[in-house]
Amino acid sequence: MTTITEDYHAHPDATGHFGPYGGRFASETLMDALDELSAMYTKLKDDPDFRQQFDKDLAHYVGRPSPLYLAERLTKNWGGADIYLKREDLNHTGAHKINNTIGQALLAKYSGKPRVIAETGAGQHGVATATVAARLGLKCVVYMGAEDVERQKLNVYRMRLLGAEVVSVTSGSRTLKDAMNEAMRDWVTNVDDTYYIIGTVAGPHPYPTLVRDFNSIIGREARRQILEQTGELPDALVACVGGGSNAIGLFWEFLNDKGVEIYGVEAGGHGLDGDDHAAPLSKGRPGVLHGNRTYIMANDDGQISATHSVSAGLDYPGVGPEHAWLKDSNRAKYVAITDDEALDAFRELTRTEGIMPALESAHAVAYAKKLAKQLGKGKRIIVNLSGRGDKDVHTVAALDGLSI
Amino acid sequence: MSRIAATFERLKSEGRKALIPFVTAGDPRPDVTLPLMHALVEQGANIIELGMPFSDPMADGPAIQRANERALANGMSLRKTLDIVAEFRKTNQDTPVVLMGYLNPVEWMGYETFVKAAHEAGVDGLLMVDMPPEEGGGIVDYAKAVGLDLIYLVTPTTTNERFEIICKRSTGWIYYVSLKGITGANTLNVDEVAERMRWIEQHTDIPVCVGFGIRDGETAARVASVCSGVIVGSVLVNAIEKLESESAIEISSQVSKLLGDMRTAMDRA
Repeated sequence: MTTITEDYHAHPDATGHFGPYGGRFASETLMDALDELSAMYTKLKDDPDFRQQFDKDLAHYVGRPSPLYLAERLTKNWGGADIYLKREDLNHTGAHKINNTIGQALLAKYSGKPRVIAETGAGQHGVATATVAARLGLKCVVYMGAEDVERQKLNVYRMRLLGAEVVSVTSGSRTLKDAMNEAMRDWVTNVDDTYYIIGTVAGPHPYPTLVRDFNSIIGREARRQILEQTGELPDALVACVGGGSNAIGLFWEFLNDKGVEIYGVEAGGHGLDGDDHAAPLSKGRPGVLHGNRTYIMANDDGQISATHSVSAGLDYPGVGPEHAWLKDSNRAKYVAITDDEALDAFRELTRTEGIMPALESAHAVAYAKKLAKQLGKGKRIIVNLSGRGDKDVHTVAALDGLSI
Repeated sequence: MSRIAATFERLKSEGRKALIPFVTAGDPRPDVTLPLMHALVEQGANIIELGMPFSDPMADGPAIQRANERALANGMSLRKTLDIVAEFRKTNQDTPVVLMGYLNPVEWMGYETFVKAAHEAGVDGLLMVDMPPEEGGGIVDYAKAVGLDLIYLVTPTTTNERFEIICKRSTGWIYYVSLKGITGANTLNVDEVAERMRWIEQHTDIPVCVGFGIRDGETAARVASVCSGVIVGSVLVNAIEKLESESAIEISSQVSKLLGDMRTAMDRA
């Protein structure tokens, strides 16, 4: 008897579909630009010069490989599985986002377009884009929801120091989804001279694929590192999921390792029983938003819902199409962590290990605490520490009643 | 013959061009849309394009985005949009109605349910902004079964190869977007449009109508002279915004008057 095993690396298909998800639900004005981008990426991704330039930038500019760190004290306190932290917070600019912007900036350079645009939620992708734009001398405009501009002031000023123009978006719910709408409008208008650096594994094909590919360095390193350190593969992976770029970056290399359990952690906000969360995979259903079919949060009429999360980077009503497909195919499980649980994890990791995580990453840490107990001693969990928490210090201080 | 085909045939025999107003259903309030549709027809509209409100209209500029927000804030929905078309059909069986919008509310209702409901309400065509022909597979068979036309956009960035695919998929008419960019953006260049039209008309027999950037009677007349019709949207939506607090009758009368001026200019040309 033969067993047919799914090859999880065989997706998407030629037209960008992950099963029923993904695709290219874009307005006609962008279709030619997307075709060109697909053709250029297909050609460059296996081009030795391009690969070499990308690897060189990751090593000498970003500071890769990032460490895989066994958090011994945290492991001891939790009394369960060994916790390994993949330290994406130590990358230049402080998060995994730079992996993707380095890659896409190279694509922008090859395309010859002098202007780049980006959307950003927490500001990490905006900072990473402004950074590579400064380095390459490209004009840079970053769209950011007005609410996020307010709660991520530090990153807004960083982007401005880097020479980027930050546009505060006041339409709709004034968060990440509205920033993405506005960036799409800019791109439709300026498609001839502008490259759109999408920050997550969403958007029309080929974005979910190329953003995944550029971030998959996380999992390639982590897999090699855990084998070096322990001689075995991990029992489980845990990463937070907003659009899902850090998560797919960690997961991808392990997708065909059947023994490795995979957990994506969505923002549970005030709890999944109400409407104040950002957990489309847990509570939404399939629909179409921002150029791809995926799980979405919307009301009975299909109008996109305003979401809530204490972390701006997870505050998004959609999710990358590959996650939608991994959920339906049961390869990955998607769970949720509330604001309060994430804040507790933020404090606990800071006090126990001297590592201050981004509030986004704190969601993954909080779930790892539950999972560590379930799996028990002797098992191994890799948690993607996708970003550092400096940007969130004033949010946490405000919750403590302090103004800093 | 579909109502849309019959309309273009009649206009052709009269030597006239189609005037197609766009308004968002339920803007600024649901009670305005039905009298406004009738008033637009009285002032010379040949086809009505009705926007299905959506929370995230990515391809539209600020004016139409605000129209969507006003409509939704006042309780508009896809079901109610279909109800308005059904009401309109009770007294007007001749003027085609095309629904234009974004895919998610339609996906949410389900393609089969939506197409059936739209057909029963008296809708003649569909234009989904974020559904290029490549992604239209889910809806095309249902639409064909009930004779609902699927209208696609062609833009200045559409390559000749893509244009051929779009022609094969289009029924009703082809919507030529005269500008790169969002609705309500700059004024168009009529000479450029004319040049593109000459090429397009050599490659298809389907009527081609032009939209984006048509703000006054003179532009409408000049553009109409090189194609089968013009679509007028932002000018009307801007007027509705200014008249937001007025009565349904007042809004209908003033907004349709703008269209009437365009009709006069087009018929004089």
